Amino acid sequence: MSPGRLAAGLGLLVLVLVPVLPLGAAEEYIWHVIIQIFFWSFVGTAWSLMGRFGLVSLGHGAFLGVGAYTSVLLWNLLAMTPWVGGPLAVLLALVLALVVAYPCSRFQVVGHYFALVTLAVGEVVRLLIIAERDWTGGSLGVSLKTAGTASGLWTLQFPDKRVFYYVGLGVWLFGLWVWARVDRSMARSAMEAIGEDETAAAAVGIHVTRFKMGITALSAALTAVGGVLLAQYLAYANPDTLSGIGVSLRIVFAVVLGGMYSLLGPSVGTALTIALSEYLRIYFGIKLIGIAETLYGLALILFIIFLPAGIWGSLAAAWRRRATPARPAPA
Amino acid sequence: MIDPIFLVEAVVNGVLLGGVLALLALGLNLIFGVVDIVWIAYVDLVALAMYAVYFLVTLYGVPLWLAGLAGIGVGAVLGVLVHLLIISPILTSPPINQLLATGGLLFFIQSFATLLWSTDHRSVRVTLPTLEVAGIFVSFTRLVAFALALVAMIVLYLFLTRTYTGTAIRAVSQDREAIALMGARPQRLYLVTSAVGGAMAGVAGALLIIQYAVHPYFGAAFGPLTFMICVLGGLGNMVGAFFAAFIMAQVISVGGVLVSTEMGYVIAFVIFIVLIFVRPGGIFGRRT
Repeated sequence: MSPGRLAAGLGLLVLVLVPVLPLGAAEEYIWHVIIQIFFWSFVGTAWSLMGRFGLVSLGHGAFLGVGAYTSVLLWNLLAMTPWVGGPLAVLLALVLALVVAYPCSRFQVVGHYFALVTLAVGEVVRLLIIAERDWTGGSLGVSLKTAGTASGLWTLQFPDKRVFYYVGLGVWLFGLWVWARVDRSMARSAMEAIGEDETAAAAVGIHVTRFKMGITALSAALTAVGGVLLAQYLAYANPDTLSGIGVSLRIVFAVVLGGMYSLLGPSVGTALTIALSEYLRIYFGIKLIGIAETLYGLALILFIIFLPAGIWGSLAAAWRRRATPARPAPA
Repeated sequence: MIDPIFLVEAVVNGVLLGGVLALLALGLNLIFGVVDIVWIAYVDLVALAMYAVYFLVTLYGVPLWLAGLAGIGVGAVLGVLVHLLIISPILTSPPINQLLATGGLLFFIQSFATLLWSTDHRSVRVTLPTLEVAGIFVSFTRLVAFALALVAMIVLYLFLTRTYTGTAIRAVSQDREAIALMGARPQRLYLVTSAVGGAMAGVAGALLIIQYAVHPYFGAAFGPLTFMICVLGGLGNMVGAFFAAFIMAQVISVGGVLVSTEMGYVIAFVIFIVLIFVRPGGIFGRRT
């Protein structure tokens, strides 16, 4: 067994055991932080499916918001179980993604323009949620109606945080599995070629529109799954915390910080940013509001200038260089 | 049915909003056209200039006009700092990294402003009478700001067309390889452009603080709209952005009166998305 696999196995074992370990009075809080890291890492991994190929979306908050709001509202208004509402929410996000992605790839909207179009899509969703305040709760957000005694598998509401812990762990591993599958597939080579030069890729017979729409649909659907689950866990959805530019940028930055070209990069970035902001929040309390974000912004600028491959990406590259010293680094 | 007088008022307010947006878009567009980098945090620099004017007036009792001029200076210095500290090290990086670096600056400015000055809304109250023309109410403050914004744009236009440096700046935006062959130094021109773009942010800040309250998330409120206008006008196309600003302002203002404020913005963003597909070079651009 290689040391890498051994480390991965041990890490996984620790993660599985966390809810049974005696962590004392703070255990609920520790679970809460790790659950958030799982869900947001999953969303970050979904984002990086597109981001690594140069499709930088600044509007993933749209898919997150569509996912969260659809399932919450269907439950609140029609008492529809998330087992039905969730897939419907993902379907809706998928449709939105295709409606945006089709013209984007047909008209070769790439780079800055793609980023700005997705930014506008994210804003449209956020503003629509706020504008339809009669049934979405507007900017105050909407609480998930508690199922009361009916909480359980059918309503996807669990008073015990440990259930969500394992849901989060499972979903996160699923996200990594999807990432690895894409990484090893033909689609990866095709998408890399498209990212470098679309016309040249089309010239060698790559179906540019199909691949681009496929990867966008996959990324959007996974993000919507994240939105549904986050809303179930938090039992609350708000246009600013689960939609809009703020969230979209936060996803992007966590991924960039960790490194968007490696499997664990998005997760490492997300874990670091959440851990950092939680630590600073506890350390400073209600004094110095904003210090966490300030350090965060500063770190981002420094990382993009000095370590564009991200923390995990750079570490992984250094590790590989040490393991195979003879091979020159690929240009 | 809405009383037509409200509609006329909405159109007039739209024109005034258009002046503000045009001013915001102008500096950003200048930088984009020349340095070829989108400063996501541009409107946050405007917010910093607004804070500067606010504190000069309220804390130090500086007269407003002098504080406004100081705000322009603050903007120019910020522009130079952003270029030297953030942009020049990544001038050759992929465009996405550049976008994200200025995005990091956006986070930094917004949260640092929260840290230093809390989330209070602050504004310099200028009490000028409201004009009433044939039943339409127009704020005199906004009218003055609009006029000064037009003056600033004309000055920028003259700078770009009548001075040697301005001509060189326009040349860089047309062909960045050829200008180096002509003996101009692009690095120096980038710096000058960033300073001028920053000064425009200062002008915008000085004129905005008398109409709007500044708060740490001011940039988030106006930022997206400003990019949309630049893109609609054609990134780097000054005249295009100028007209795009007025079109978007009308959509927002009239849509706001006819439906609701949020829907006004939604319509504006949807128009933006559709126009990007139909006319990727901007409404006045030629398809390539």
